[in-house]
Amino acid sequence: MVLKGLSEAAGVAGDEKDVRNLILDRICDLARTEIDALGNLIAFKGKGTGKPRVMLAAHMDEVGLILSRVERNGLLRFKKVGGIDDRILPSQPVRVGPGKVPGVIGAGPVHLQKPEAQRAVFKTEDLYVDIGARTREEAEQVIKLGDYISFVTAYQEFGDGLARGKAFDDRVGCTALMEILEKDYDFPVYAVFTVQEEVGLRGAGTAAFRINPDLALVVEATTCADTPETEEHGEATRLGQGPAVSLMDATSIADRRIVRHLVELADKNGIPIQYRRATAGGNDSGRIHLTRTGVPTASLSVPCRYLHSPVCVISLRDLEYTIQLLGLFLDSIQKGGFRL
Amino acid sequence: MEAVELLERLSTEWGISGYENRVAAFWEKTITTVVDEVRRDRLGNAIALKKGAGEEPRPKVMVAAHLDEIGLMVTKVDKGGFLRFTTVGGFDPRVLLAKEVTVLGKKPLPGVIGAKPPHLLSAGERKEVVKVEKMFIDIGYGETRARELVSVGDPVVLKRRFERLQGKTVAGGPFDDRAGLVVLYETARELERVRHEADVYFVGTVQEEVGVRGSVVSTYGIEPDIGIAVDVGFGDMPGTSEEDTIELGKGPAVALGPNIHPNLHRDLVEVAKSRHIPYQLEIAPGPTGTDARAIQISRTGIATALVSIPLRYMHTTVETLVTSDLVNTAYLLASFIGQVDKKYLEGLKWS
Amino acid sequence: MNDLIGELTQIHGPSGNEEWVREAIRALIEPHANQVWTDALGNLIASAGREGGTRVMLSAHMDEVGVMVTHVDEEGFLRFDRVGSINPYFLPGRRVVFANGTVGTIGTERLDSIKDLEVSRLFIDIGARNRSSALEKVRVGDLATFWGPVHNMGDTILAKSLDDRIGCAVLVQTLKELQETPNLVFFVFTVQEEVGIRGARTAAYGLDPEVGIAVDVTATGDTPKARRLEVSVGKGVAVKIKDRSVMTHPAVKKLLVDAAEEQGIPYQFEVLEFGGTDAGAIHLTREGVPSGVLSIPVRYVHSPSEMASLEDAENCVRLLKQVLSRPIRLD
Repeated sequence: MVLKGLSEAAGVAGDEKDVRNLILDRICDLARTEIDALGNLIAFKGKGTGKPRVMLAAHMDEVGLILSRVERNGLLRFKKVGGIDDRILPSQPVRVGPGKVPGVIGAGPVHLQKPEAQRAVFKTEDLYVDIGARTREEAEQVIKLGDYISFVTAYQEFGDGLARGKAFDDRVGCTALMEILEKDYDFPVYAVFTVQEEVGLRGAGTAAFRINPDLALVVEATTCADTPETEEHGEATRLGQGPAVSLMDATSIADRRIVRHLVELADKNGIPIQYRRATAGGNDSGRIHLTRTGVPTASLSVPCRYLHSPVCVISLRDLEYTIQLLGLFLDSIQKGGFRL
Repeated sequence: MEAVELLERLSTEWGISGYENRVAAFWEKTITTVVDEVRRDRLGNAIALKKGAGEEPRPKVMVAAHLDEIGLMVTKVDKGGFLRFTTVGGFDPRVLLAKEVTVLGKKPLPGVIGAKPPHLLSAGERKEVVKVEKMFIDIGYGETRARELVSVGDPVVLKRRFERLQGKTVAGGPFDDRAGLVVLYETARELERVRHEADVYFVGTVQEEVGVRGSVVSTYGIEPDIGIAVDVGFGDMPGTSEEDTIELGKGPAVALGPNIHPNLHRDLVEVAKSRHIPYQLEIAPGPTGTDARAIQISRTGIATALVSIPLRYMHTTVETLVTSDLVNTAYLLASFIGQVDKKYLEGLKWS
Repeated sequence: MNDLIGELTQIHGPSGNEEWVREAIRALIEPHANQVWTDALGNLIASAGREGGTRVMLSAHMDEVGVMVTHVDEEGFLRFDRVGSINPYFLPGRRVVFANGTVGTIGTERLDSIKDLEVSRLFIDIGARNRSSALEKVRVGDLATFWGPVHNMGDTILAKSLDDRIGCAVLVQTLKELQETPNLVFFVFTVQEEVGIRGARTAAYGLDPEVGIAVDVTATGDTPKARRLEVSVGKGVAVKIKDRSVMTHPAVKKLLVDAAEEQGIPYQFEVLEFGGTDAGAIHLTREGVPSGVLSIPVRYVHSPSEMASLEDAENCVRLLKQVLSRPIRLD
C-alpha cells in the first residue's frame, strides 16, 4: 500500500526530501519528472501541445516541529512548523533530524503541579523533546539546531475500512496523484507534489507559475468532525460518504464549472460525493487560482478526522472513490467531455 | 565611507514606508561608486547592479535590504491645531509618548508627542497604556495655521539621535534596516576586491514594514537565481529567552527553516567557518517577516537565504547594534558570492 | 447616474457569483468600448482610447458581501457562513435573498448574552417546514445577499451593495462620457474583491498596466461618536493615502489631486487604518504598478443600508475624465 509508506515517511514543511524521494522512486518510470527551486516535484504525463493543460496538486509536507535550542541538560526546545494544536503535543513520541533520532515530548508530571497549573494548556515553550542525552554536548553528537522533528505513528488499518496514521494530510492526495500517473493521456497532465503548504501555501504558486495551466484540481485531506461534541452543522464532512468537493474556503472560491462536472461524474458513476460544508481553512488552490492571469481551480478532498495530529483517521473507501473520480475526471477531459 | 559613518548618515534620512525617496537617493549616491549601474523601478526600489566576471548568461544574485522605516501619519488636524495620527508599520504605542517628531507638511515642522502630565492623571490612568488614538502631536501652531501647513496623510518621522556608546556599540535609529543598507554597500565594496562570476543586484526595497511589498515586484523584475535578504534580528537582552534572540557582536545570524534553501544556509555557514567569520544561527519555523518571505515565492521560486544583524530595542528610536556585526556580515556575503558560479547553481538543485 | 447606481445595486452578485452583474454591465458598456472581454476568473474588461497610449487600469469590483448555506437541518432551517467580512451584529433580523428570489430572515439561537453572538449561532429561516421543502428552494453552497430596495432622498442614496456598484456605475458613466483619451484605458470590473482582492490581481497581470486606479467605497467618520476618520459623505471624492493594502504612490496622488484642483472638484484625503481595495493587488503586479484609489464615502458599509452622496459619485466621474483627458505621465 503506497499510503503506508508515504504516511510513515517524515516530511515536515521545508524538509520534504524523504517523501519526495519515495514518490520519485515510484513514478520516475511513469512520467517525466522535474524538481523546481523550492523542491516541488513536477511530474508530466501526456502530450505537451494538447489542450487543456491540467495541473493536479497534492502537498508532500506535513505539520511538525523544528529544533530551536539545545539546553545544557541535553533537552531540546522546539517551535511549531505549521498549525498544530498545543493540546496534542504532550507525551508524543517523535523523530529528530535526518538521523531520525527517537525522542519523546515531555512535560512536568501532574503530581508536581499546582492545581491551577493542572487546568492550563501546556504551552509550546514549556515543552521539550527528550532524546535521552544528559548534556548539550551529548545531544549535539546526534542532532543539530534547525533539525526538523516529526511525529511517528505506524500506519494501521482498523475498524470498518478505516485507517489511522500521521500526515494523511496530504499523503492521501499524493497517493491519488501517483495512481493517475499509471495511465496515459493525450493532453498535458502535470501532477505536482508541492512543498510547504502547511506554512502558507508556499510551493504551489511557484509551480503553477511555471506550468501555466488552463485548469487545476487540488487533491487534499480535509477536516471531518462527524464526531461527538460537534453539532451537525459544524461537521464540515462525514467519513465514508465519499470525496468532498469544496465550494469556498478562506483562500479560494472553487470554479463552479469544475465542481458541477465532478458532481455530475460522481452521480453518473455511482460514486458518493459530498460538499465540504465549511468555509474555514485553505489549501494550495489559494495560490494556484491567482497565478498569472488566473487559473480555474477546484479541490477534491478525502475527509480526515483529527487533522494535523499524529492520529489522523480516514476511510479507505473515501480514498478509493477519490482516486476513481479523479480518473473519471481526466478521462472525461480526454474524451472532450469537459471544456471550460 | 566607513560603515559607522554611513550608518549615521543613512539613519538621519527620513523614509517611512511609501516615502523612501530620500533614503533611496542617498544610498544610491553612495553605492554608485562601487557598482556598474543604478536604477529605480516603478515602485521606487533602488537597484544597484555589480556585474560579474563570468561568461553570459551569468548567475544572478539578489541581495536585499529595505529602505523604509516605520513612522506615523497625520489623520486629522484637531481643535487647537493638535494633530491626530496613526502608525505606519508596527509601533509599540508605549514607546511613542514624549518623543520629538518632524511633521512633513508643506515644510518640515518640529513637534512633540504630547501627553497629560502625571500630576493630572488618576491612579488608574497612570497604569494604563495610552492608545495611539488618544495621543496627539503639538506643532506649536493654532488650528488655522496648522490647517494651512498640514494635510491629512502627511508623514511624520520620529527624531533620531545617533549615539556612540561603549566600544563599537551605537544607538539611534532607524537601524532597521539602514544597517542592512550599510551591509549591502560594504558587500559591494568588498566585491571590488573579490573575483565573482555572478551579477550581483543590490536592492534597497520599499514598503517592507507594511507587508514586504517592494521585494515582491523587484524580485519579479530581476528574476535572480539566488536571493538573500539582509535584515535585523532580535538582540539578546534581559527578559527574553535565548531561544528567540541572537547576541550582539557575535556576527550575523544565518537563518534556517522552510523559508531558506538548506544548501544556501549550509554554504553560508561553511564560508563563515573557513574564513573565521563569527556567525550565529536563527531558527525560522515558517515564512519570515522579512523580504525573504516574498523573494522565495517569486515566479517559479527562488533559492533564498536570510542573514540577520543582531539589534536590540527593535522599532524604537534607540535601536542598538555593534558595528563589527555589519562588517562581518558584509564579509560573509562577499565571500559567499565569490563562490557562486554556474556549477554552484547546479548544486542547488534538489536531489 | 442615480438610476444607474440604483439598478446595479439590485442585481444579485455575491463573491464568485458575479455573472448577472457582469452581463448587466456588459450590455451597458459594449456600445462605448473598443473591445469587451471576460478573463479566466470572470473579470469583465473593456478597453477604450488609443493603442500605444499609457496603459491605465481602472477597476471597480462587481461582487458584494453575502452568506453561503453550509447546512440544511431537518426542520428546514439553513446554517450559513459569511462571504466577505460582515459584522455578525448586523445580521440578526435582516432579510437575505437568493439568486432564485427566495427570501429568508436571519434568526438567532437563544443567547445568554449578546456577546455570545457568533455566526454559528445564527440561521436563515425561509419559511420551509422541513428539510425536503427547504431543499426545493435552496441547496448547500447557494449564496444569498442582503435584501433591500433603493431609497432616494435628494442627493442621498440608500441601498444595499453601494460597495462597490457605485464604483461600477462611476466606471460605466466615465466610459460613456469619455469623448477621447490619448491613453489606452482598461475599465475593469473585478470579481472576488470582498474575499481577498482576487480578481484584480489576475486582471492586472494580464493587462500589464503602467498606472492603476481603483474606484471603491470608503468608510466615514461623520456619524455620532464614530471612529476617527476625516472623511464625510457629500464632501467630495476621497483620494486615498493609505489603507492596509496599499500606500498610494506619490505620483498617482499628485495626478489625482492636480486633476481635482484644475476642475475645482471637491476632494478629501483618506487615511484608512483598516480595509483594502483592488489597488492593493494591482500595485504588486509583475514589476510593480504605481497605483492609487478614488473612494466614494459610504456610511454603514457592508450593511443592507449603505448610504452615499450622488454628487460625490458624479464628481468622481468628472475627476476621472479630467485625469484621462491628456497623456498620463508619472514623474
